Order: sequence, then C-alpha cells, then structure tokens
Amino acid sequence: MLRACLAKRDQWWFAFYEEREKPIVPTLAELIANGRGVEGHRPCPRVLVNEDLWCLLAAQFAEGRATLLGLWGDVAAVHMAILGEDQKQIAVASIECPDRRFPSIGRVHPPAIRLERAARDLFGLDPVGLPDERPWLDHGRWNLHHPLAKEPQPHGDRHPYAFLSVEGESLHQIAVGPVHAGIIEPGHFRFTANGETVVRLEERLGYTHKGIESLMSGASVDHAARLASRTSGDSTVAYAFALARAVEAALAIEIPPRAIWLRALMAELERLANHLGDIGAICNDAGFALMLAHCGVLRERVLRTAQTCFGHRLMMDCIVPGGVGADLPARGFDQIRELVGTIGRAFPPLVELYDNTASLQDRTVGTGLARPALVKQYGCGGYIGRASARAFDTRVQLSYPPYEAMFFNYDVPVLAEGDVNARLWIRIREVEQSLALIEQILARMPVGDALRVPVTGTGDTVEGLALVEGFRGDILVWVRLDGYARVERCHLRDPSWFQWPVLEAAIENNIVADFPLCNKSFNCSYSGHDL
Amino acid sequence: MRKILFRSLIGRPLTESAPKLDDPEILDLARQIQSATRIRLGRSLSIREINAGSCNGCELEIHALGNAFYDLERFGLHFVASPRHADVLLVTGPVTNNMHEALLRTYEAAPAPKWVIAAGGCARDGGIFAGSYACAGGVSAVIPVDLHIPGCPPAPIALLKGLLALMMNGRA
Repeated sequence: MLRACLAKRDQWWFAFYEEREKPIVPTLAELIANGRGVEGHRPCPRVLVNEDLWCLLAAQFAEGRATLLGLWGDVAAVHMAILGEDQKQIAVASIECPDRRFPSIGRVHPPAIRLERAARDLFGLDPVGLPDERPWLDHGRWNLHHPLAKEPQPHGDRHPYAFLSVEGESLHQIAVGPVHAGIIEPGHFRFTANGETVVRLEERLGYTHKGIESLMSGASVDHAARLASRTSGDSTVAYAFALARAVEAALAIEIPPRAIWLRALMAELERLANHLGDIGAICNDAGFALMLAHCGVLRERVLRTAQTCFGHRLMMDCIVPGGVGADLPARGFDQIRELVGTIGRAFPPLVELYDNTASLQDRTVGTGLARPALVKQYGCGGYIGRASARAFDTRVQLSYPPYEAMFFNYDVPVLAEGDVNARLWIRIREVEQSLALIEQILARMPVGDALRVPVTGTGDTVEGLALVEGFRGDILVWVRLDGYARVERCHLRDPSWFQWPVLEAAIENNIVADFPLCNKSFNCSYSGHDL
Repeated sequence: MRKILFRSLIGRPLTESAPKLDDPEILDLARQIQSATRIRLGRSLSIREINAGSCNGCELEIHALGNAFYDLERFGLHFVASPRHADVLLVTGPVTNNMHEALLRTYEAAPAPKWVIAAGGCARDGGIFAGSYACAGGVSAVIPVDLHIPGCPPAPIALLKGLLALMMNGRA
C-alpha cells in the first residue's frame, strides 16, 4: 500500500516536472488517499496530511476544483472540510502543528482568511503566509488570550483595529455600529463613499462572541445541544439538527424513524418562518411596509403553530441528540395542514404585489450584485448561492434522512442575476417548496412511540461531522467525543462565514441608502458567525 | 395592492386585546420596578433596543411586537433609532466583553429619566453563557437594571406585559 502511494507520489512529481506548463493537479480523492486515515471519524474520511499535501489542497481551492467547507483549530492541529468538485464528496484534512504554525490556505484562497484569523485568535496557531495579520474575533477585551489553546494566558494590551486605508479624491468614511439603528445584532461597517456611492465596505465582526466552543469542551451532548441551539436563534432547529447528526454519526447511532421525519418537519417550519419574515423585511427596507405587515402575520401564524405543536415558538431544544424531545400531538397534523392552507392562499397575492409594484422593483432589481464567480469561489450557500448560479442545497447534493426519501417538486431553484430581487425570488420559491415538503412529511409520517434513543459513549474517542441546510445555508458541525460521550471539541460553522465577505463586494457601486436592502437580502448571522 | 388594502379594511382586525392591567404577571413585573423618580411621561415610551451579544432569538420576538397581532404602537410604545431619543433601553444578551463599551456608551447617551429592561435569560445573569471568558454575565453587571423579563426567548406577550408594567409605574 505504502509503495503504491509512494509510486503515485513519484508519478505526480515526475509529471509536474515534465509538463511544467500544465501541472497535473490530483483529484480530491487522490489527495485524500495519500493522507493518513484517522480511525473513528464518520461519516466521511478524515486524513492527516503533511505540509506538501496541505498546500496541494490549497491549490485545489485556488483552482476552483474543490470548495472549502470549513477550517477550524484544535489544540495542536488545524482541520479543514473539503467539498469535492462533484459536490457529492466531503473529506476532512488535518495538519498537525507541533510548533503552533501551519501553512496558510488564505494566502492563495481568500475565503479561508477570516477562518484562519479566528483560529489564530482562539488557539494561538499561526497561519504562515496569511496576508492579514489583524485579529478577527478577538477585540482585546476577553479575559483570556488564545482561550482555547492548551495554556491560555491572561489578556495583554489592546490595540486599535487597523481598518484598511483608502486613497482617492472626494472620499469620506461612514462608520456604522456596533449598535445599529434597528432591532438587529451588533457589528461594525466601515463605508468609504464617494458622494452617495459606496466605494468600499469593510466589516468588523466578533461583537457577539460568547465563547461557545470553549463552553462546549467537557460538556455532555445534551448541554452541547442546548449551546448549539443558542448559537443563532433564528436557526435554532437547524443547529440542533446538525449537532445531533454529528453526535449520532460519531457514535454510529440510528434514531427512530418518526424522529427523523419530525426533525424535517421542524426544519421546514423554521425555514418557512424565516423566509416569510425576510421577504417582508426586505420590502420594508425599501420603504414598502405593506409587505412587512402581511408577511409578519404569516410568520406569526407559523410561530404560533410551532408553539401549539411543539411547545416553543422557535422550537428551541425540540431536537436532541438521539431523536426529538417531544411528539407531534394528533391535532397537530390538522393545525399544520390548516397553516399550510392559509399560507398557500395568502402568499400568492403577496408575491403578485411584490412583482407588480414598479417602485419596489426599481429598488431591488440590479441592486447588490453578487457575482457568480465570487459566489462559486466562496462556496456561498443558501439563497445567496442559489441566486447567483450556485446550484447547491445540502438537502439535495449531500442529502440526509428523510430528504433522501422525499422528492422535491422541482429541481433546486437557481437564478443567475445575483441581485436583491433574485435572492428574494429564491426565498419565494423555497416558501412554496417548504409548504409542499411539509405536506409530504405529514402524509408520510411514520407511526410509532419511539422518539429517542439513549446516547452513550463507546469507550473510544469518536468524531462526527454533519451538514444540515438551515434557512440561510449549510451549517457544518464537527464534534469529537470521548469514551463517555462528553464533548472534547466541537466546531460550529455558520454559513455566514462564506457570505459576509461577499456582501462587501455586492455593495460596491451601490448607494449607501441601499445598504439596508442589500444587508437584509443577505441576512447573514452575526451571532452564528461570532460564536 | 388595492385588493389587499380593501380586504384589510373590511375584514376583522387581527390585533388582539391588550392584557388586563390587573394581570398577575404584570403586577408581578411591576413590583420589581423600584423607581425613585416618578415623573409623568404622558402616555408613551420611546424604546431603544440594544443587542449586547444575544443569539438573536430575543430580537425575533421583539420584532414580533410590531406585527398586527401585538401592535406595540397602539400602547404609545415605539422603537427609536438613537439612545438620545429614548426613555427605555431594552437590552438583550449576556453582555459579551466585546459589547461592554458599546452598551455603556449607549446607556450614557440616553438622557435621564431612563429605565433599563433586561430581556431574556442571558440578559439576567448570562444564562447558558455564564462563566464564559467572553461574557460579563448579564446586563446588571454593566448598567443598573429596572426590570428583568425572563424567557429564552421571552414570548412577545411576556415582553408586552413587561413594557406595560413599566408604563404603569412610570405613569404613577
């Protein structure tokens, strides 16, 4: 086996030197096959790679032959999750950092930059060659420096954040946040404008960093699930879903069939509530309050149905590792069917209203363009990706139960315009899709009393990874459990990590007044991102 | 658009009746408020919302207060964009260290008389994030709090009751 690998490696280097103009870049599978496989990692492989292989993987991203799904630190290692070119294969590659350094992926692949800055802030691991030396999540106000490192230090001095400098005529800066004018999470936006036109936007995030991953270390899986559920409140179901699936993958647990379908039901209700709220809020940010009023009513109906069916408006803590916390009562079926009917009747006239209001279309069409090439490079998920020609939906490409058994009434809706209007239309299509999926789920709900299986340790250290499609995109959760099923390390990767940077590009050459519109059309998570 | 507007005009309003002022929950919340200054504020309150590091769950429910069912504005309560226009600061989140200064400066920018409501479990004592290296552990660790509204997140009706309790006391 080793000889074969070495022969393969020699083959590559030979080919590389022979054909310098067009080096053969090995496929993801070949690269992964040449790393050292790690036992007890499910459901996809995790391999330990050396520096050369790590850099070859970086080249894969830079050439667009693979997508970076996540990059996170560990006590003496860095891991990254990779999506192959066919969008069907995932693998995790890890590099050990005995001297607390690792080759920077961000040096050749910008989407990794902020992830590496965060890994440095939390673990003190140095990404060698990273172009951006500034801290990201660490504002110099934590009680600890490198809080997740083996031996964190008390925090030292605080330095002012060096925003990027600008040169040019007739430029002025507008600083917004962290406290924003509306009822919204905190973050800082530094605009450079020429008159009304935004020339550059620089974001500074990290204001809502709560130290979630630190609180997870040593926690039971149930406590970890409660923490995960409070990472991003609007995606509480999707986060709990992803964490539960990661734990269940790690421990090779099968959950009862009814629990599988109840999870999807909650996930679709959450998607529905968020999309309805967003559609109204985007229109409101263009001054069209009527849509907000009507969409707000529909969103409220979804939340009230969730309350009566599952006991919590946002369905927080309803999905747990091992299954679900409570059953859907018999009358719940009728209530949800009624909800689907109500929205099914009320929604189309609202869509028509949106489409036929010329003054509103004037604001949303052509505004906030997210270029497909950039979206592809960043691997933007959710409605942002799908509005800019990136046909990726975790429920389809990397399907998980029960979605594998369901049929979507049409293909993943994808548009290519990449403007605010396109991102709104993707949400409209997904509302229709979710209503259809909910009806399917209710029709196919398995009967049974079992809702939950016990989650116990196997005596070995195990690792699991899961990807779940939240309303704003794919949420990645990676977890390492000890022999007693306690969390040693858990990483939560919000889809916003790959969406926030693209917002900076999308706002360029738009007017300042269109920023709330663009921002809301992206609706990235601050708390999910900041952890 | 005209059809939608017309239907809304002739149909029954969705707005639900206000909770009664002798509601035990409101009285309970009102008891918490110890306000030495009892200045007449008329019949309205301007609220400035501050997210001091919450997960955004509380914000979703605060947004819901503006929908047709709860219709916050009929009580004379409305949200303002600047703390300088505010009577009440509605604070959520465990107060992350990174938001400590922003919260303090926003509080100092609000002119007296002002009241502070800490909404949600995290705002009370840090909630599930208590003890983190990154959190101060509740709003009262940073600024004086007049009223705590419990919940994770507090449902809009609980928020409404808290605000009405404050109005009741503020009007005395």
